[in-house]
Amino acid sequence: MQGDTISAIATAQGEGGIGIIRLSGDKAVDIADRLFQPVSGRKLMDYESHRAVYGRIVDVEGRTVDEAIALIMKAPHSYTREDVVELQCHGGVMSLRKTLALTYEHGARPAEGGEFTKRAFLNGRLDLSQAQAVMDIITAKTDRSLKMATGHLTGQFSQQIKAWRHEILGQIAHLEAAIDFPEDEVDDVVTETVREKVVDVRKHIAKLLQTAGTGRILREGLMTAIVGKPNVGKSSLLNALLQEERAIVTDIPGTTRDSIEEYANVGGVPLRIIDTAGIRATEDVVERIGVEKSRQMINQAALVLALFDGSRPLDHEDEEILSLLAGQEAIVLLNKSDLAAVVTAEELSAQAAVPVIEISTKDYSGMDKLTDAIKAKVYGGAVLADEGSFVSDERQVNLLRNADKHLAAALTTIDAGMGLDFISIDLRSAWETLGEITGDTVGEDIIDEIFSKFCIGK
Amino acid sequence: MDSKNVFVAGEYDVIVVGAGHAGVEAALAAARIGCDTLLTTLSMDNIALMPCNPSVGGPAKGHLVRELDALGGEMGVNADKTCIQFRMLNTGKGPAVHALRAQADKKLYQFTMKETCENTENLDVKQLLIDKLLVEDGHVTGVQSETGEIYKAKAVIMATGTYLKGRIIIGEHTYTGGPAGQRAAMKFSDSLAEAGVKLMRFKTGTPARVDARTLDYDKMEIQPGDEECRNFSFMSDEVTREQIPCYLTYTNEETHKILRDNMERAPMANGIIEGIGPRYCPSIETKILRFPDKERHQLFLEPEGRHTNEVYVQGMSTSMPMDVQLEFLRTIPGLEHAKVMRAGYAIEYDCIDPTQLKPTLEFKQIHGFFSAGQANGTSGYEEAAAQGIIAGINAAMLIKGEEPLVLKRSEAYIGVLIDDLVTKGTNEPYRIMTSRAEYRLLLRQDNADQRLTPLGRRVGLVKDDRWARYTEKQTAITEALAYLSENSINPTKEITETLVAAGIEPVRNATSFYDLLRRPDVDYDKLASLFDLPELTKEVKQQVEITITYEGYIKKQLEQVERMEKLEEKLLPETLDYDEVPSLRDEGREKLKAIRPRSVGQASRISGVSPADISVLLVWLEQQQRIKASEEKANV
Repeated sequence: MQGDTISAIATAQGEGGIGIIRLSGDKAVDIADRLFQPVSGRKLMDYESHRAVYGRIVDVEGRTVDEAIALIMKAPHSYTREDVVELQCHGGVMSLRKTLALTYEHGARPAEGGEFTKRAFLNGRLDLSQAQAVMDIITAKTDRSLKMATGHLTGQFSQQIKAWRHEILGQIAHLEAAIDFPEDEVDDVVTETVREKVVDVRKHIAKLLQTAGTGRILREGLMTAIVGKPNVGKSSLLNALLQEERAIVTDIPGTTRDSIEEYANVGGVPLRIIDTAGIRATEDVVERIGVEKSRQMINQAALVLALFDGSRPLDHEDEEILSLLAGQEAIVLLNKSDLAAVVTAEELSAQAAVPVIEISTKDYSGMDKLTDAIKAKVYGGAVLADEGSFVSDERQVNLLRNADKHLAAALTTIDAGMGLDFISIDLRSAWETLGEITGDTVGEDIIDEIFSKFCIGK
Repeated sequence: MDSKNVFVAGEYDVIVVGAGHAGVEAALAAARIGCDTLLTTLSMDNIALMPCNPSVGGPAKGHLVRELDALGGEMGVNADKTCIQFRMLNTGKGPAVHALRAQADKKLYQFTMKETCENTENLDVKQLLIDKLLVEDGHVTGVQSETGEIYKAKAVIMATGTYLKGRIIIGEHTYTGGPAGQRAAMKFSDSLAEAGVKLMRFKTGTPARVDARTLDYDKMEIQPGDEECRNFSFMSDEVTREQIPCYLTYTNEETHKILRDNMERAPMANGIIEGIGPRYCPSIETKILRFPDKERHQLFLEPEGRHTNEVYVQGMSTSMPMDVQLEFLRTIPGLEHAKVMRAGYAIEYDCIDPTQLKPTLEFKQIHGFFSAGQANGTSGYEEAAAQGIIAGINAAMLIKGEEPLVLKRSEAYIGVLIDDLVTKGTNEPYRIMTSRAEYRLLLRQDNADQRLTPLGRRVGLVKDDRWARYTEKQTAITEALAYLSENSINPTKEITETLVAAGIEPVRNATSFYDLLRRPDVDYDKLASLFDLPELTKEVKQQVEITITYEGYIKKQLEQVERMEKLEEKLLPETLDYDEVPSLRDEGREKLKAIRPRSVGQASRISGVSPADISVLLVWLEQQQRIKASEEKANV
């Protein structure tokens, strides 16, 4: 056993309808148990090995992320000969990534390139003849993931991280100089100053974390569902978003399952609108599958645009759609028509528990507000200049969260009135974690900083 | 020279070249373990000489002294017997960085150590200048002195300090020599180079010594020792000690102006000095250049002993010409009429590149040849002594055919020091610092015995008296902790009143004494005054309190250690041919070939060796192991 538990997406992305997340290690079952709820109501860890269990992936707040099948393979009867759990997720790339992030949150660490194979070999699962292949896989995969990781690092992003690291390093150096050279002329460390710096860096990290996913969205497009009961104006809204540009129509098998996607550029945010063919078709003919269809689409989407008719009272179907929005990134749109309004924005807002935007698919009024709302969602409320300053993958998110945890621990240590050396422990952990994002190694930096800042010596 | 016709003056198990702080520890360790040992020095009058500052200990350095004492070394005992001032530093910080620092009576320190060496069984001490290392077929066979005779040995430890091609620099004046008016060893490094050893050239320096009678202490701040009497050694029982104070004064703008005006005469500025000096011990001229905005620099006046007027001016290391030294010294409050007894100087010397060593301190390419101390590119008496004891132990282990002693980074500062040296090398004289240790909370000066005395016992250096004292203390700690967790108090009215009266938050449920001691407002003495608790010695009480108070933090570090340990335990065969390991990246392969790490853990700390290289190594090791196992099976 290698000790810690690793997780990764085990299927090639964008291929096949099902995405698999694989966990391996001592805590694999434990972690899976915390994010997977079998429909049976039993606990996942109570199931025997090698049984497929149907259930839901839930996030820390208990919201459903996806439907999935969990498969426990107890050691040594697994690929790595460790406890392995595979989660077969159905909901496409977005929910797969969410699920992966959840495994990190519950204590798994991102697998290194080729690590499952490495463990399989080290634990005697693969035979001797495969050693060479294993070593090649490790090198190749690590190279690729390194390239990918650094590829995501744009100048502005890594400069930000480096600037925070430098801030933290300055504090560490001061603490360390005071510890190692108590008789030299090092100014007293004022813990209040350390606290202020830490709080400041944490604020920045929180802001950056809000942009989690933004970089990816800007590259790949934001999966968007337009839902609403028949004849509410979905097709008109689609046309408004597409601005009559029949730009790119793609058919990505698997991820959206037999539906047509179209890209719309809304205020610089690429929206990948799901099932545009369906929207058009159902508006033309009389549609009967409304709610079920909406549910499917919502599950695939990262953003839901839910459309309601302001000229007719909300009916049962509207209410069901509203209820589907719980826990989703959704924008509720109230379509005005020439007829007298019977549903007000306030009313709808109270029911949907989200702000409501009034639009008109006829004269396109309110579209600018919609554009702003979409941008606000994608950019986390902050207006940022370019793609460079967004977190773009789960690895970065995970590391940023960990760094933030260490900084929070430093504050606790300061509050508890512990010695300077205890504060330094947490700050060093934060500094090292941030370094993993930019690929900066530990080395002699702290000692260099001490000697460059403080005049020390006999 | 035909070695068959030369006079063989002696045969030993172990020969130690040099009797400074590394040399004496190496020789004492080897002899005490039972090896027939020769300690050579180029002056019998200068065994354990302190040519620079008269102090021992401080953060990380004091930890080293405690550690080498716990292993059965001499420095701690010797310092306790001969030091004239003790201070515990960093007491306002966590227990891990508390550090003992002492001022030595230099001559007393030396002569006491000399006496110990001369009276140690299995140990000969001789005044010899060694010119040549004798090597046959990659094995060391002995040494040859300047007078031509040969001393044969199964193992040789070089502890040559700053004496190899030593060159003294004072202003424009330079001459060959060792520190403090000693001879230099001019030929030994050539002999090393001939044997394939890679050398480096380092520099260090020392300030002037001034006459105590010419100082005006009224103009300085007094720095007395601590009232509480403390000791470095776990074996020392000193409870009182007569102490001598130090004094603090400062440079000023006038001092700086004189230095600035004469900067072109500074050897480090005009190119006379070529060696690389340490950053943490800059000369005063370097300080002025690097920190021009600093209005003053502090100076400590430290007495060099009870029977001398020489006072060391700490903070004033310099190689300026004599006239400049005198001129700037006299600008300092209290030193206006100072008379210089010895001038400050810089010294350049040959040392070896320590990446040529195994973590045992044996040269990878010369069997039986070890190196320790400043000759390995370090600085400081404590760093030297710490390496000395390890080299001495491992030379003895080699001869006895036993497992070498390699201390882990999680086990001792000595482990951190040696691992840094042999894994990363150094490009300036290396000084230990607590910030170099990743598991600082575990490497406390208070628990050095717990960490290392069993290891000292294993190699035969911890004798019965120390072992008895150690086991008694450990038993007391274990029993006390057990008592505290097994016994509790209940929230009765009476107990609540007792607690409140003592200013302690009352308990709500039955609470063990152990849990009570976790509270910041409770310590053992307070609790013992209220309830019936076992009486503990000061040392045991300290361990109990630290164990309980910092349990959470300690546990966290222990978990980190456990994770790393798995890689440390995977040893790489000495014969490993890295060209045969597939899939390593070029950079990683080259670095691995150069350093030849002992374990996968050590490999992971080499810069240029990537995590993928480490994974490849693990897979490769497993592959080799299985091949070996299947071959063995086939042979049965």
